[in-house]
Parts: sequence; C-alpha cells; structure tokens
Amino acid sequence: MPSPPAALLAVGAPRPAAKRQRTGPYTGVPRVRVEVEAGPGDDGELLSARLRLLEGFVGRSELADCAQLALQWLGEVLGIAQSICLVRPAEETSLFVIGTYGLTGSAVSRFSVSLEDWGNPLVTAFANRKEFFFPAPHSAADRKRRPATPFEDSAFQVLPLGVSGFSEDAFGLLLLGGSTAFRPQLHWFTNVFSQKLDQILRQQTLADGDRKQGRERSLLYNIINAVTDPILLTDAEGRLLIANARALTLFTASEEESEGRRGAVRMNNMLLSSALSSKAIEETGATRRELLLVNPVDGSDLVFELLSTITEDARQGSGVVSILRNVTDLRRASEEIEENYRKMRIAEVQARAESDRLNLIIDSVADPIVVTDAAGATSMMNEPAERLFTIPLQASEIEQRWVQNNDAHFSSFIAGMLVSADQRRVGEIGLSDPKTGEAMPVEAIAGKILSEHGELTAVVTILHDRREAIEKALLYEQLKQASDELERKIQAATADIAHQNELLRRQAIELEQASALKSQFLANMSHEFRTPLNAMLGYTSMLLQGVAGECEPPVKRQLGRIESNGRHLLTIINEILDISRIEAGRMPLQLSTFRIPELVSEVKSELEPIIMRSKLSVTLQLPKDLVPISSDRQKVKQIILNLLSNSLKFTHHGGIVIAAKRNVKERTVTLSVTDTGIGIASADQDGIFEDFRQLDNSPTRAYGGTGLGLSICRRLAQMLGGRISVQSQVGKGSTFLVTLPTKGRK
Amino acid sequence: MTTKSLRPRVLLVDDYPDAREMYSEYLEFSGFDVVEAGNGMEALQRAVDTTPDIILMDLSLPVMDGWEATRRLKADQRTKAIPVVALTGHALAGISEGAKQAGCDAFVTKPCLPEDLVREIRKILDRPSSSTAKARRSGKHAKTS
Repeated sequence: MPSPPAALLAVGAPRPAAKRQRTGPYTGVPRVRVEVEAGPGDDGELLSARLRLLEGFVGRSELADCAQLALQWLGEVLGIAQSICLVRPAEETSLFVIGTYGLTGSAVSRFSVSLEDWGNPLVTAFANRKEFFFPAPHSAADRKRRPATPFEDSAFQVLPLGVSGFSEDAFGLLLLGGSTAFRPQLHWFTNVFSQKLDQILRQQTLADGDRKQGRERSLLYNIINAVTDPILLTDAEGRLLIANARALTLFTASEEESEGRRGAVRMNNMLLSSALSSKAIEETGATRRELLLVNPVDGSDLVFELLSTITEDARQGSGVVSILRNVTDLRRASEEIEENYRKMRIAEVQARAESDRLNLIIDSVADPIVVTDAAGATSMMNEPAERLFTIPLQASEIEQRWVQNNDAHFSSFIAGMLVSADQRRVGEIGLSDPKTGEAMPVEAIAGKILSEHGELTAVVTILHDRREAIEKALLYEQLKQASDELERKIQAATADIAHQNELLRRQAIELEQASALKSQFLANMSHEFRTPLNAMLGYTSMLLQGVAGECEPPVKRQLGRIESNGRHLLTIINEILDISRIEAGRMPLQLSTFRIPELVSEVKSELEPIIMRSKLSVTLQLPKDLVPISSDRQKVKQIILNLLSNSLKFTHHGGIVIAAKRNVKERTVTLSVTDTGIGIASADQDGIFEDFRQLDNSPTRAYGGTGLGLSICRRLAQMLGGRISVQSQVGKGSTFLVTLPTKGRK
Repeated sequence: MTTKSLRPRVLLVDDYPDAREMYSEYLEFSGFDVVEAGNGMEALQRAVDTTPDIILMDLSLPVMDGWEATRRLKADQRTKAIPVVALTGHALAGISEGAKQAGCDAFVTKPCLPEDLVREIRKILDRPSSSTAKARRSGKHAKTS
C-alpha cells in the first residue's frame, strides 16, 4: 500500500496519546489469542464446539458472515434462541444490525440504535461498555425504562463488544434473548467474537480509509486541474512536486515538442525559480506579485499575479505553494479603462475650455450680444447687453424705466423676427442709454440658429451702437471739409510755386543773357583795350629800333620798361579774355590728332628767349613710342605753355624737365613739368588752381602775373576730359601733372 | 621814283589812324610802298587803283567792314590774286574762321608789333604764288610809268 500524501494522512491520524494513557501502556497491535482451554464445567463437547467456532472464524472475513456463524453457534451450543449483533461502522453514529438469530420480520431489519440518543440504555451500555439485563416488564413504568428492541417485552441481555486492553470504546452490542442472564460460557465467546470482529473492522477501516484517500486524492487533483489558474507545489530547493494541468502547459515540455515551445518552458521555469527564490518569500511567508511569463503555445506575453505560500510539513519538509493568476486580460482591461477615463477627462477639459473660450469671446465683444430661445425668452447675454437690458441694483425709478423701455423695444424686435420667415434680419432699434437716458440708436443684426432638423433653437442678436458711427460720419464730414480746404490751399500754393518757377526760369534766362552780355562786353572791352595798347607797343618798338633815329642808351632803357609793362598788360588782358570765353562757352573744342613731342618742342622754341634769359636747362623726356593723341591742339599747347612759363618764373636755379608717360589701361597720357623752384606748401596746394590766386597776394609781390594761368590750365584740362594736379615741397620744387585722354571726348 | 616802283606795295586798311600811321611809318621804314585806306569801300577803290602786292585788312571798319570788302576783292577778277591778311583786335573764336571764309589768306591778331607784321608780310610775299602778282604788278607799273 503506498503511503498517502501528508495532507491526506492527517485524516487517519492516531488518537491523541493522552487518552491512551488511561488504559495503561500501549501493547502494540493486538493479536487474536486462541484460547481453547475449557472453562469451569465444560466438557469435551463444549471444547469441540469452541474449536468449531474458531475454525469457522478463520475462513471468514465478512462481519455478517462471522456474526451469523457466531449467533448460530450461540443458539446451537448455548441454547440462546434469539440474538442480535449490532456494530458501529467507522464514521457512523448509529449501531447497525449485522446479524440476527431466531428473529424475523421487519422489526429486526429496521432495528438500529442511534448513539446520539443518550437516554437509551443501550447507548449507555455501549458507551460505558457495561453489561445489562432487561427482565420482562411488569408495569408501564418498567416498559418505559426499557429500550425498544425486536425483543419487545421479552427479557434480554446486553453485552458490549470491544477489545479490552486496546480500546476502551466498544464497537458493537450483543443482544441475547431469554431470561437467563450472565452465563459463564459467554465470557469466552464475547472475547473471541469481539477479537474477530475487531480484526475485520480494523481491516475494513483500513481498506475504507485507503479507498477514501484515493477518492479524495483524485477529487483533489480534479479540483486542482479544474482550476484555470496554474497551481504549483515546489520543495525547498524549488523542484516541482505537484502541478496542475494549466501549470504543466507552462512549465513542462516533452521531447517531441517544438524547440520554441521548449525554450519558452525553460524561460518560464527560470522566471518562476527566480521569483520563488527571492528573499521576499522567505521574509513574508506569502507574497502577491506580478510575474511575466511566455505563452509556449503562441509566444505571447502573459502577465500573472503570483501568490506564494510556504507550507510546513513534518514529514516532507517545507515547500512553496504557488498560485498564478492570469491578469493579462485584467491588466489590458484596466489599461483600457484608464485610457478611456483619460480620454474622457481630456474631452471634458476641452469641452470646458471651449465653453470658457466661447464665453470669453462673447464677453470680450464690445457690442451687446443677446441669445434668445424659440419662445422669445433671453437665454444668454454678454456684459454689454446686460447693461442695456438688466435693471442694476440701486437704480433710480427713471433708470428702471429706461431699461424697461429698452427691453420692450428689443422684445418687439425679436417677436417680429420670430414670426417672420427671414433667416436674418437687420433693423434699427431706438434704445436709451441706461445711465444717462440719452437716445441710443442701435443697429440690430439677428440670425436664427436652426437645429439639424430645421427647428428654430435660438436667435442670436448683435446690437451695434450707432452713435459712434453717426458721430464719425459727422467728424468725417468735418474732416472732409478741412481736407478740401487744405487741398484748395495746396492748389493755390502750387500755382504760386509754378508762378515762382516761371519767374525763376525767366530770371535764369535773363541771367544767361546777362552772362552772355558780360562776356560780349569783356570781349569788346579787351578789343578796345588792345587797340591803343597795340599803338603803344608798336611805337615803343619802333623807337627802340631807331626808326626815327637812334636813341640815347638811357632813353632806350626807359623805352624797354614801357615795352615790358605794355606786354604785361597785354598778357593780363588776354587771360581775362580767355576766362570769359571759357565761361561763356565760347571756346569750342577743335579736335585733331597730333604728336605730343612736336607740340612740346614747339612750346619750348616759342619760349626760347625766356629760357635763354633764365639760364635754366629745359630737358625733354619723351618716349619715342608715344602715340599721337586726339585732342584740341591749341588748348593742350596753351596748358603746356602756361605750365612751362610758370616753372620758369618760379625757378632760379637748376632746371625743368618735361616728361610724358602713357597709361595704356586708362587710355591716358600724363604730361609732367618738374622744376627745382621755390615749391608750394602742401596747405596751399589745393588753392593754386583757383581764379586770381597767387600765393603772395601782397601788393609788393615778387612775381608778376594775374594768377589766372593755373586756373585757365585747370579749366582747359577739364574741357578736354582730363585733370591737373601738383606735387610739391617748399624749397625743393614742384611737379605739375596733366592727364589727358588719348581719345578726346566729342 | 624807280626805287619806289621796286618796293612791294602794301594796302593798309585800318580805321584807327594811330595804328594805321604807326604801321605805315614802319612799313615805309622797312622798305614797303604803303597805300592807306580808312574803310572797306575806300579799300576796294584803292586796291583797283593801285594794284598792291598785299592787303592788310582790319576787319571792324566803318562804311563797309573787312569781311565784306575781302569778299568783294576776291570776287573781282582784277583784285582776286592779291593776298589779304586779316588784322584784328578781336580774339574771339570764330573770327579767324569767318575771315578765312571771306577769303583772307592769313590772319594776324592785334596787338601785333610792327616788326612781327613785317615778318608775316614777307612770309606771304615769298610764296611762289605771289611772284606772278609781283611780276604782273611790275609790268603794269612799267606800262603806266
């Protein structure tokens, strides 16, 4: 017989030792003692009868069989005509008949004794293991004291059946009919019979227990297997002892299963072991936590709630019972609920924000807005509208009337709107300012709001204070008048300006004419100057040449003074004439192509007498490859003449170099006249090309000339599209540079 | 006056007597035979009458100005070959151009020293074209004398 599991063993646990102590020391498992010795007064027949009984017991293992044999033996050997044997089966609370002798009828088959019936003398006999004799009753009272038995009013004897020394509790009763009580042979009989019954009962009990255990165990397994949650029992080392069907699919896999499934199982075992081996279990005894496993069937994640409880068992040591509850769906559902809740909250917040915003917008509109329902009752209005249509606290009587009037006017407007078929209506309502009573014409724009089914749900009316517009129109009119006035003034001013312009234009023409007249005048004047000067210079020259006879040397010297002064005067007149001609634009360009070296040589030869007198060297440095330039020859010549005269005038020692250099890139030629003269301070260099400028302006200046020479050179260079500049150092000399385009401008 | 007939004859036209006299005196002094005229009309008459070798013509003149007189001289077959030297105190641009258009052979700006004027006259008379005039005048002169 396999040893039952600890839990199941507990059912058949031995009785407490304390109870056993009362009947003396435990003597071990009882054996059937075969006592065949004869009692007092027995004979050989009796002895053989006893042997017969014992032999009969040997082959029998059923209670009923034994009881039948024993009762028959009593009847035949001891002459007990009627007898009943009752036994209490294990777990029962009644004594049931297992055998009868000499009695028939339903009274016998139905007979049983309930052990809970404490008033029954049979129970007393059973419980206290006492023998009783019940004689035939003599009175009703006697009859009352007697238990109800198949013996009815006949006398009978009760003997408890039980094994002495092993158990003080009886397990059955023997009821023997007949008035003869306590026969000596009965002692041996009950002793042997009890032992035999005890043996059978004991074996039955064991077999029953075994069956029961098996039944309970399979029931337990069925229950465990019926549970959809995986349930596991593991030992202290984490080895799996018991697992239900659901747990087996998660934690076990046979060799035939796919590798993926086996891998999942391995993974699950690892996860479970680590969850169970963690200290948390040891510390708290039972835990509830989440465990994530893999579904070996489809590989999906499964979330379990793991409940582990440590069980202590004296025989098997401690183990851990784990129940896994699948909360995957639960969690998903909870997440979904959470998400829905969150969405609901957001929607609610948005709706509230929307409504707040709408209110804000409506309130922020400066124009009064009134929302009216289909019945014409006001359902909503913004603050400006409230001022118009709600009577304020502490309003005077007149103020109340103004507001009431406003309300009445508005109501009639709305009423008109409600009865009309118009979707939109624009009208003017004559309201009053609720503060001042001042007339307040407003423009009312009303629109109907229809439901999906086309039913009128509300009328929204926006009122617009027309006072401002009217005032604006007035202001606009004034502004327009002012603007018109301004425009008239501007037109007048413009006409004036045009007139002024015309005057200016005329003045300009007059000025031009005056300037031309001036130039003409200067030209004429110079002619008039030169005619007498011509005679003066001519006669002086003739006198010096001795046309009218030779003169004395002092006279000649004086005539020479006249001549040089006359020449100076002539130069001044010529230069003034040149300036006036340039200014009057009467010096047109006459372009021709010529060579610079030839021109420079010509200038040099013209000034040869002065050069001779000055005793200065004049050197020409002109490259041979200098291309001919196209310009006004006369004007270029005049520039070079002026510059060379100038250098000769202001140089006392050394020499003068005239050079030319071509700049191919700029398409220019630069002529330079360099002297070793007195030089010009840098502060004065800018001014020397201005009209009538000589550095020494004093009346007693050392150098003659009008101061117009360089000014004329600058003007001429500009006319030719060139420029003139100077580089000079006081005491060391000056270099004048004239840059001219190789192709003169048209 | 054979000596005079050998001297080149200059017709000097100028309305300013001091200048005319000055140049005349110097030209005589320099070996020229000088005929004078005070205006353009007179100049035309003198040119036809005296057949000068060269005419010195002031341009701004009373009665008939120098330009007009020159144009008429150059239009007349008898005086056409005589070189005309314009002589003017006007230095304004265009004057010399106008003088050339009128037929002047040279242009001299006053003030002009007498010796410069003489140099200019000699330069013109030494041109080969004027020698024929000289010869013609000489021949004519011989015929008249």
